[in-house]
Amino acid sequence: MNKPMRRVAVFCGLLILALLLRVNYVQFIQSDELQNDQHNRRVAIERYAHPRGDIIVDGNAITGSTETSGTDFEWKRTYTDGEMWSPVTGYASQGFGTTQLESLYDGILTGDDDRLFFSRTIDMLTGKDKKGGNVITTLNEDAQRAAFETLGDRNGAVAAINPETGAILALVSKPSYDPSSFAGLGSDDGEAWSALQKDDNENDPMLNRALRETYPPGSTFKLVTAAAALENGLLDDVEQETDYDVPFELPDTDGRTVGNSIDNVGCEDANIIVGLQWSCNNVFLGISADLGNETMIEAAESFGFNEFHDIPVRSAVSSYPEDNRPQNSQAGIGQASNRATPLQMAMVVSAIANDGKLMEPYMVDQLVAPNLNVVEQHQPTELSRPLSPENAQALQEAMEVTVEDGTGKPAEIPGVRVGGKTGTAQQGVDNKESPYAWFVSYAKTDDGSPVAVAVVVEGGSGEGEVSGGRLAAPVAKAVMEAVLPN
Amino acid sequence: MSSTANTTVASVGTPSRRNTELVMLAFAVLVPVLAYANTGMALDGSLPAGMVAYGLGLGAIAGVAHLVVRRWAPYADPLMLPLATLLNGLGLVLIWRLDHEPRLQPVDAAPAQLMWSALGVGLFLAVLIFLRDHRVLQRYTYISMVVALVLLLLPLFFGADTNGARIWVRIPGVGSLQPGEFAKIVIAVFFAGYLMVKRDALALASRRFLGIYLPRGRDLGPILMVWAVSLMILVFETDLGMSLLFFGMFVVMLYVATERTSWIVFGLLLSVGGAVFVASFNYHVGVRVQNWLNPLQLGDNGGVTETAQAMYAFGSGGLLGSGLGEGYSRLIGGIATKSDYILATVGEEMGLVGMMAILLVYALLIERGLRTALAARDPFGKLLAVGLSAVFALQVFVVAGGVTGLIPLTGMTMPFLAQGGSSVIANWALIALLLRISDTARRPAPVPASSTDAEQTQVVRA
Repeated sequence: MNKPMRRVAVFCGLLILALLLRVNYVQFIQSDELQNDQHNRRVAIERYAHPRGDIIVDGNAITGSTETSGTDFEWKRTYTDGEMWSPVTGYASQGFGTTQLESLYDGILTGDDDRLFFSRTIDMLTGKDKKGGNVITTLNEDAQRAAFETLGDRNGAVAAINPETGAILALVSKPSYDPSSFAGLGSDDGEAWSALQKDDNENDPMLNRALRETYPPGSTFKLVTAAAALENGLLDDVEQETDYDVPFELPDTDGRTVGNSIDNVGCEDANIIVGLQWSCNNVFLGISADLGNETMIEAAESFGFNEFHDIPVRSAVSSYPEDNRPQNSQAGIGQASNRATPLQMAMVVSAIANDGKLMEPYMVDQLVAPNLNVVEQHQPTELSRPLSPENAQALQEAMEVTVEDGTGKPAEIPGVRVGGKTGTAQQGVDNKESPYAWFVSYAKTDDGSPVAVAVVVEGGSGEGEVSGGRLAAPVAKAVMEAVLPN
Repeated sequence: MSSTANTTVASVGTPSRRNTELVMLAFAVLVPVLAYANTGMALDGSLPAGMVAYGLGLGAIAGVAHLVVRRWAPYADPLMLPLATLLNGLGLVLIWRLDHEPRLQPVDAAPAQLMWSALGVGLFLAVLIFLRDHRVLQRYTYISMVVALVLLLLPLFFGADTNGARIWVRIPGVGSLQPGEFAKIVIAVFFAGYLMVKRDALALASRRFLGIYLPRGRDLGPILMVWAVSLMILVFETDLGMSLLFFGMFVVMLYVATERTSWIVFGLLLSVGGAVFVASFNYHVGVRVQNWLNPLQLGDNGGVTETAQAMYAFGSGGLLGSGLGEGYSRLIGGIATKSDYILATVGEEMGLVGMMAILLVYALLIERGLRTALAARDPFGKLLAVGLSAVFALQVFVVAGGVTGLIPLTGMTMPFLAQGGSSVIANWALIALLLRISDTARRPAPVPASSTDAEQTQVVRA
């Protein structure tokens, strides 16, 4: 009986070996994956076991932490002016997870990031409680507040950029939400959360309209079309006359025409300056039709279309798709299948304002350790050069005319060079749904341009005729004034 | 019997090794006491108040057990008692640690477990004192069979559904009993007795078919009956683990008794057939298999499953673990954190290192059991020892494999470590039987008469 018994012993040994291999696999090879799995509650417990680091604007924390009781989470996130800042911060909720900066820099904010290993170890050795690092943003509190307040109760969004660096100065989305309201685990938090969901709230307050929603850009897109005309040599300069009739007959459509919104201002065969000044559709329908789909796509892409931007929160992709001739022609006035985020339109303006150089947009300047050592510092980076300095300056001139004596008049600021462009994007079948009012602009002083801004206001609040100049331009003006030195 | 002759070579002068056992026992008591202190420091920031009492209690239990072994089984294996004490002591610490999580059921399990452990050691002592020779059990072969069947089928008639399995019998006033834990020992006795008598018939009277030896129909009868009973347990009590244990032990013992590989093939075919049949028709077993294939998938109610929670516990423990008392294995919740899932707490708080150490302690215990089987001089003792060791090994594999996701979870308790009175009592009895067999095996043979006749008879060894 001993021979089979030895075999049984070997078999038992193999069983144990299998167990040993399995625990090595689970606890060593799979360990990281399991530790950080989204459903592993330990992640959340650890996240709220210590006060989180803060998100900083202009030297002041816009976040905080407060001690809680009754759950296995010790600390809860609080927000100052949460509704205003939530498009920037995102949220860190015990019950509903984290998003945006709170999510991307979770490691820094909780103190678990590898780069904080040294300070964490020192704290441990000296018996101090674990602390998180801070995230220092590029935002400008005055600009953010100006945008938030002047938008009022209307749905819409604002994105403002410093054209010279790409630093984001304001990022507002309305309606918004206060992330403090659902930061905890209580039933109040649950109710606040569900009240904010799209299913329960048609305005979708948790949608970050400045970054994550694309709109038809309407006439603001004419800036891209104009840049494409100049860069591709279709027109030599902004004063060269064109040959486009009013109303403009779309190519390949047997006579379907598109009119202009303002009559008797000399749009017939107008140059780019007049075209922008009075937002003449015929000029840009013609340019886009003559340049063709491929060239227009290239121009749009040089401004950042057709790709997402991590600022570091990832934006939605603004698109300029391949399309047939009539559609491509209409895309030249931002009224076809092309769509843009407010951030994207702010990038377009900032490239023009920065003499043709498009800087990569970013909103986190520094990550600092709890001991205030800088862990990471953003260096402004050039993203692309969509147009030459000469062409950029020519377009600036045209945009400034638009504000001084054109549709952009409401954005005028005495003593400052302001260039702008309005837009009113129709939407819906037969343009029946209420339109979007756009305004994009920059301000320029002798020291260069400190701010470029894009504003979109969703119409439909019973205000009759929606126009970019009337609804959106005052918001842009307020933001520019907030940034400009007094 | 040719092979057994080799080991009957006289073991005259075998040291009793009781002093080794005593030293080992001291470690086996010291380690859990230190673990207890460590846990207390982590949970309450101070040494636990009951530490001295716990240390003395565990020490006293181990000491009494040692003295009884010294007196009644002086040649028994020196490692089995310390290993079992170590596991039981660590189990008590882990259960006490989990008692600190107020939401886990049952509350205050550690004092009860201590009482059951004492009862278990009591049964251990009783077996050693009153069972002077394991061969006495041979007389009760068929009574054992009846007792085993009654124990196995008890939950079917008096059982309560718990977690989709009927393995418990409620005794009013005392609590609930898991008859399966006792049944496995009684069945081992029956198999050992039955196979010892029938093994020649089973091994030799077979027909060759397609290169393997098939047993005769009349010998097949009892085997098919065992298979049927194990399937019944599986189907009506949904006790996958017990039925696997039961059948696995039978196949192992049959193989050892007959030395025929064909029996293993036959046994595997029967068990695979049974398992597939049940897995495809039984809802609970199907769910277990699903959880095993996709351990991290959310449950039907959108919540994280116990399987996933156990995996998270193991993963979060990593290499060195969070330290005793500093893990979150309470997240597993439910009623089984202290019993079926206790290894998850080991994995999280003691890490991979602790997990491997615990598994190796089990491996050592199994190895000592199998060594006892090899050393035993009578076929009944050999079969009983190999059966008990195999069933212990299978149980460790099925539980640890189930909890770590190697095989589908079956809902059984880790011997000695897990909370559960029936389990700890039955396993102490199992160790007592192994010690009894090992004592008999290692006991020096009576000094042979120094006559020339005796020497001549010894030459005939094969």
